[in-house]
Amino acid sequence: MLTRRIIPCLDVKDNRVVKGVNFLNLRDAGDPAELGARYSDEGADELVFLDITATIRSRKTIVELVERVAENVFIPFTVGGGIRSVEQMDALLRSGAEKVSVNTAAVENPEILTEGAERFGSQCVVLAIDARRTKGQSGKWHVTVKAGTEPTDIDAVEWAARGEELGAGEILLTSMDADGTKAGYDNELNKAISDAVNIPVIASGGAGTLEHLYDAIVDGHADAVLMASITHFGNYSIRQIKQYLRGRGIPMNL
Amino acid sequence: MFAMNYRRVMECIRLSYLTDGALCCSMACMIVVIDYNVGNVKSVCNAFRYIGCEVALSREAGAIRDAWGLVLPGVAAFGYAVSALGSASELVKEAASAGKPLLGICVGFQMLFDQSSEYGVHNGLGLISGKVGAIPPGRVIPHMGWNQVELPGDMDLFAGMGDRRHFYFAHSYCASVSDETAKVAYADYGFELVASAQKGNVYGTQFHPEKSGKCGLEVLRNFYNICQKGHGH
Repeated sequence: MLTRRIIPCLDVKDNRVVKGVNFLNLRDAGDPAELGARYSDEGADELVFLDITATIRSRKTIVELVERVAENVFIPFTVGGGIRSVEQMDALLRSGAEKVSVNTAAVENPEILTEGAERFGSQCVVLAIDARRTKGQSGKWHVTVKAGTEPTDIDAVEWAARGEELGAGEILLTSMDADGTKAGYDNELNKAISDAVNIPVIASGGAGTLEHLYDAIVDGHADAVLMASITHFGNYSIRQIKQYLRGRGIPMNL
Repeated sequence: MFAMNYRRVMECIRLSYLTDGALCCSMACMIVVIDYNVGNVKSVCNAFRYIGCEVALSREAGAIRDAWGLVLPGVAAFGYAVSALGSASELVKEAASAGKPLLGICVGFQMLFDQSSEYGVHNGLGLISGKVGAIPPGRVIPHMGWNQVELPGDMDLFAGMGDRRHFYFAHSYCASVSDETAKVAYADYGFELVASAQKGNVYGTQFHPEKSGKCGLEVLRNFYNICQKGHGH
C-alpha cells in the first residue's frame, strides 16, 4: 500500500534555510544541504526546497545548491521558486532534483506545465498553488502569485483541475491564510482540491501539532503533508511524527 | 584537533571528487550509467559513488564495452527517452545479450520491455517480454511516493533484504510482464503493480533505488556486487 508522505520544507534565501511567519520575520534555521541530509537520515519521505529570493542572481546559486544537496541526499526532493522556463527546469532536474514546482510561471504561461510534462514526464512537474480565502465568499479560494504578494481572480479549485489537464503530476497546495500560524492546515481547501483532482496533493501551511498532520490526511484528503517550523526547530522528529500517524492507522514508511 | 582537521580535509577531497562529474578512472570504469540527455542521471551517479563504486556517465561504445555493468536510468516520457537513447540502444542490447549486467530504472526499466503506449506506441529494447501501459484508472495517478514491495527470495537485487521493503515510486505507466522465465516483484496499488523484474543478467526497478534512502542504496550495492562477481571479483 502506498504510504502517506511526510515532507519537510526548506525555504532557502541566500543559501540559508529560513522560515517566515506569513512570509515575514524570517528566522535562520541552518544550511540547506546539511538539513537535507539530516532529514534524509531521519527518515523523511521527501524534501521541498523553495528558493524564496528567486532573483536572476540566485538562479545560479540554486543550481549549485541542488548539486550539493544531491550528493548527500538520497530521497526525492522538489525545487521551486522563480522557475520561469523549461530550460530552468531542465537545469535543476539535471543537477539532481527529482521534481520542480512552478507557481507564477504557470499562471502567466500555463503551457509550461505541458511542455515540462512532455519533456520530463508529468511526475517531475509540480504545480504550486498559493491559495487565499476569498473574502465574503465561503468555500472559495483564489490563487495568489509572486510569493503570495499578488492576488489573481483565478479560482484555486478550478486552477488545480486545469493544472492536472495541462500536465502537472502533483499539486503543492499552500494556504496563505494558515501559513505560519501553526493553527492547523486549511482542510476545507485541502479537501476541495484533493477531491477535484486525480493527482497527489501535498498539503502545506499551518502545521503546529501532530494532530494537524493527521487532520490534513483524514479530513483534508491530502496524499502528503508538508511542514517546516515544527521539524526545523526540533519540536518533533520525523520518527515521532511517523510513529504517531501510524499509531492512528495512517500507512507510513517507518 | 588533528582528527577533526583530517576529517575535514578528507571530506573536501571527497566532495571535490564528487562534484566533478568528468572525473573518472583511468582504467575501465566499473559501472557506466548510460548518458542519453534525460533528466536526473546525476542522482544515479551520486548514489553509486556514495556506496563506493566507480561510475562514469557515457554513451560511448568503448566505455559500454569495457564496463562491468550498465545502468539505464530514466526520467522522461517513454517516447522521448527512446529517441534520445538512439543508436546507444543497440550497444546496450548487444552488451546485455552478451551477459553484461544491466539495470534499468523507472523509464529505463520500462524500456527493457517490448513496447509502451505512453503518448503513442513506441518500441522498447525487447530484453524482457512484456508491455508498458497506463496505470489503470480509479486511483491517484501518478503512483507517487513510498510503496511496500514484496521481495521474492530468489531475486539477486534484493539479496539479504528480508521479505518486504518500502521504495520510492513516481510513474504513471507500468509494465506487465509476459515472460514466464522472468522473476518479478510486486507492490500493491489496488492491483499487483510490477515493481521489479529480472531475466538472467537483465535487471530493472520501476522504483527509484537512488531516491529510496538506505533501502535503495542496498539495492544498488547488490547490483554492484553482481557486477563485481560477473567480472570475477
